[in-house]
Amino acid sequence: MSYRLSPIDTQYFAPDHEGDDFTVIGSVVTRSDALGHVTGRTEFFEDVRPSGLLHLKMHRSTRHHARLAGVDSSAALAVPGVVRVLTGADIPNNLYTPLKLINVEPDDEPILAVDKVRYLGEPIVAVVAETEAAALAGAAAVRVDYVDLPPVFDVEEALADGAPIVNEYHGKNYFTYEGHHCRRVRLGDVDAGFAEADHVFEWRYQSSPIEQAPVETTGCTVVPQPDGRLRIHSDTQACFFTLDNTALILESDFNKLRIVGGTVGGGFGGKVDVVVEPVACVAAMVTGRPVKFVYGRHEEMQVSSPRAAERIYIKDGVLADGRIVARQVTAYIDAGAYSRHTPYGTTKAAAHFPGPYTIPNVRIDCHCVYTNRTPSSAMRGFGVTIGDFALESQMDRIARELGMDPLRLRLKNAYRDGDMKAHRKRAEGTALIEVMQKAAELVGHELPDEYRRMSSLEAR
Amino acid sequence: MTRLRGRGYAAVNYPTGMNLGGDPSQALIHATTTGTFVVSLSSVDLGQGLKTVVAQCAAETLGLPFTNILVDTADTDTGPHCMGTFASRGTHRVGNAVIMAATEARAIMLDVAAEELEVDAADLETDGTGYIQVRGAEAKRIHITDLALAAHFTHGRTISGRGVFMKEKSEVVPETGEMDPDSCQAHACTVAEVEVDDETGVVEVLRMYSVYEIGRALHPAMATQQVEGGAWMGMSHALFEATEPYYPVRDHGPADFSEYLMPAAGDIPEQVSVLLERPAPTGPYGAKGIGEMTANAPIPAIANAIFDACGVRLDHMPFTPERVLRALDSLRGQDLSAHG
Amino acid sequence: MASKIVTLRVNDREEEFLARPGTTLLGALRDTLGLTAAKRGCAQGACGSCNVLVDGKPVPSCLVPVETVDGAAVATLEGVAPTGDLDEVQAAFLEDFATQCGFCTPGMIMTAEALLAENPDPTRAEVVEAISGNVCRCTGYEPIVNAILDAASRRRSA
Repeated sequence: MSYRLSPIDTQYFAPDHEGDDFTVIGSVVTRSDALGHVTGRTEFFEDVRPSGLLHLKMHRSTRHHARLAGVDSSAALAVPGVVRVLTGADIPNNLYTPLKLINVEPDDEPILAVDKVRYLGEPIVAVVAETEAAALAGAAAVRVDYVDLPPVFDVEEALADGAPIVNEYHGKNYFTYEGHHCRRVRLGDVDAGFAEADHVFEWRYQSSPIEQAPVETTGCTVVPQPDGRLRIHSDTQACFFTLDNTALILESDFNKLRIVGGTVGGGFGGKVDVVVEPVACVAAMVTGRPVKFVYGRHEEMQVSSPRAAERIYIKDGVLADGRIVARQVTAYIDAGAYSRHTPYGTTKAAAHFPGPYTIPNVRIDCHCVYTNRTPSSAMRGFGVTIGDFALESQMDRIARELGMDPLRLRLKNAYRDGDMKAHRKRAEGTALIEVMQKAAELVGHELPDEYRRMSSLEAR
Repeated sequence: MTRLRGRGYAAVNYPTGMNLGGDPSQALIHATTTGTFVVSLSSVDLGQGLKTVVAQCAAETLGLPFTNILVDTADTDTGPHCMGTFASRGTHRVGNAVIMAATEARAIMLDVAAEELEVDAADLETDGTGYIQVRGAEAKRIHITDLALAAHFTHGRTISGRGVFMKEKSEVVPETGEMDPDSCQAHACTVAEVEVDDETGVVEVLRMYSVYEIGRALHPAMATQQVEGGAWMGMSHALFEATEPYYPVRDHGPADFSEYLMPAAGDIPEQVSVLLERPAPTGPYGAKGIGEMTANAPIPAIANAIFDACGVRLDHMPFTPERVLRALDSLRGQDLSAHG
Repeated sequence: MASKIVTLRVNDREEEFLARPGTTLLGALRDTLGLTAAKRGCAQGACGSCNVLVDGKPVPSCLVPVETVDGAAVATLEGVAPTGDLDEVQAAFLEDFATQCGFCTPGMIMTAEALLAENPDPTRAEVVEAISGNVCRCTGYEPIVNAILDAASRRRSA
């Protein structure tokens, strides 16, 4: 037996461990799914193979931004094995509304494009066939006439006057937060902080879209049931979320649908958008047969929603001793052509800034920006991961500018229990200081006594 | 050609639970006639091990062996609502719901045992072996299998429980951004050691030392799996991954695993990881969500280590050899892009 | 093109079936024979999730037209422990926490089986080389490399 086991240090918060007396918690039991995994018997959604299964594949936009002048599916229907084609007119409520149930509801995206396409790869026609090969051949045979429109790809260009409008639902290229053009956080007086500072530093950070890349691609198999319901075998990360949104799109009773899932070949956020189930359900309803719609690897890479690209400017006012007295963050988060979960992720980013540091004067502007690219959405840590890249690069640069030890700079500014965060919640359960102290010890990074004695529990 | 070594630091926090709350998860639990407890959920296991840790939570709360627990998920006909597996919320939300359900079931279990043993329920205890016994008089005891049979066939009782966890939804004050976004915060610090080849621009991560404060490690080996797998993903994000390598230019998008690069088994650094525990009052046995956080600190730690190694500041992810070389060229005042 | 009768010896069992033109070995295993352990991760031979052994050699079954292996012996994960007694590789993957989501596991294990059949005492570098075509997105690979080395040592001392 040689599993990896990280040591657990309970010394830093020893009083919290008094009375710990567990029989199962903290013990290394066998994973309950491991036997199925090592024998190949774990059942993933695609291992369900109902007889009479049809396959669904998409004809997708070949343009970044274009009006649809005509869609001709006759050649697709002529492909041997093709059973049906579906267009936007076949979807009862052709609106993709992932956030409707939590009252964030930009109804800004069709399931199948109708008048316009807004990104390369946007689905236009679904082709349902007896075999996967026939579905692919049918999808390739669909003819679409486009009238090209100018695309916009850069977040700041998208916000400039005269930029092409990506998504008419919004009327402008940003999501509006209760009347504001961005999600904002305000604490103290940032300009006074900059005036008080010995140094003001401003730098820019940029990321590119990142793919979740689960080894199992996104998909589902819909099986019509004897009682008229639909059983949906799905690798969704959220069964009821998928059920409820699919029912809204189908305009069906919620209890007509049943999701069976819970065993997923990796998700990382990529299987939160309810993107395959609605159209597969429509196909199953109109054919009365089981239908599978699973992304190919190319679709997973280029069409499924990635982690958003972000552009982040951080401007800091810093005293000579390293204390940060003002921080201004201006972030542009690239939603792509439609909202998906990015308005939510942008608020999450605003809540995360200015990072785990106590700074008295803070101004945060996080913009959710529409561009002509694949809609971005959830991915492991979205709203935070790229922010951390920017924040922690910024801290390193400040330390180097001041000639300070990068850990001491962080320790000096680290938030502690009771501190007021920029979004006006009191910090509790903090441990940033301690993870740094322990890391310093691991790598033999010498810290003076006053830094080794610091504690998240003691008020600043 | 020189291979330049450097070390970089980064420290982060990460919120547990869906931003702004309002994201409930439910659990139901019941005993079979022979004393197995079935936890019914609609929650999804993405591989992070939810099915295992919630079974641990149920066993610990009931005071029974782990092997007495079955987790039945995720079927919307049989499992109660769960918002989903994202936002580092699974273990926290579902774990709490399971503990609440198991607490209710435990009270009934002890109540029935008190009737069977003709004692006061308050005098009963469990020790995790499967017996319910009188505190201080261990000979007076009943095994859960016998108890469950008696509950069903003698007393006509169901040993069951209901649980739900929800953090109330917080509204954002639009002017100030005042909000209550999360249930708790986990923490991490990564120290990365890299080697930069100044001829090829290739960055090799030699070692990553990471300390993670995760509330409580419900299952230390699975927590290790998750933090080290997550740190690998962070390193992969830092050096390789992009669906649009020349963003915002839309061209050259990789279409498959031969074009979308990630570090393989031969490219991985040595990882040294330590877990710190500061149990969260809101967490199941103090646990915080760790699924997402662990990919975050490695990225800036690697950026900072690259600077330490060769003096170039990479402010655009990923840190590809091309970007390293261009930055080195411009550092040397011979920007080659200007020539061609 | 007409369908063809293909004969395979799969996990020591004779199988004869009609294969449509273009049917891959992976398609035949999963859809015709109902052996679903091998997974479709990319259908391009770039992830290793569909790896099975053909005459003892690991191959990405998604790239193999099934008629080209007519008559071959094919081993899938289902055949490794048909009665439930895990072999050393399976036991090491289970006990060493080398699985998370489990989707890459069947391909990883079959690749490891091929390596250990040929080289019972591989170095770490040889293990890394053997699984270089297998993608795992969860573990960061270290636990998988460890498990394969552990499996080799278990088998040598068995």
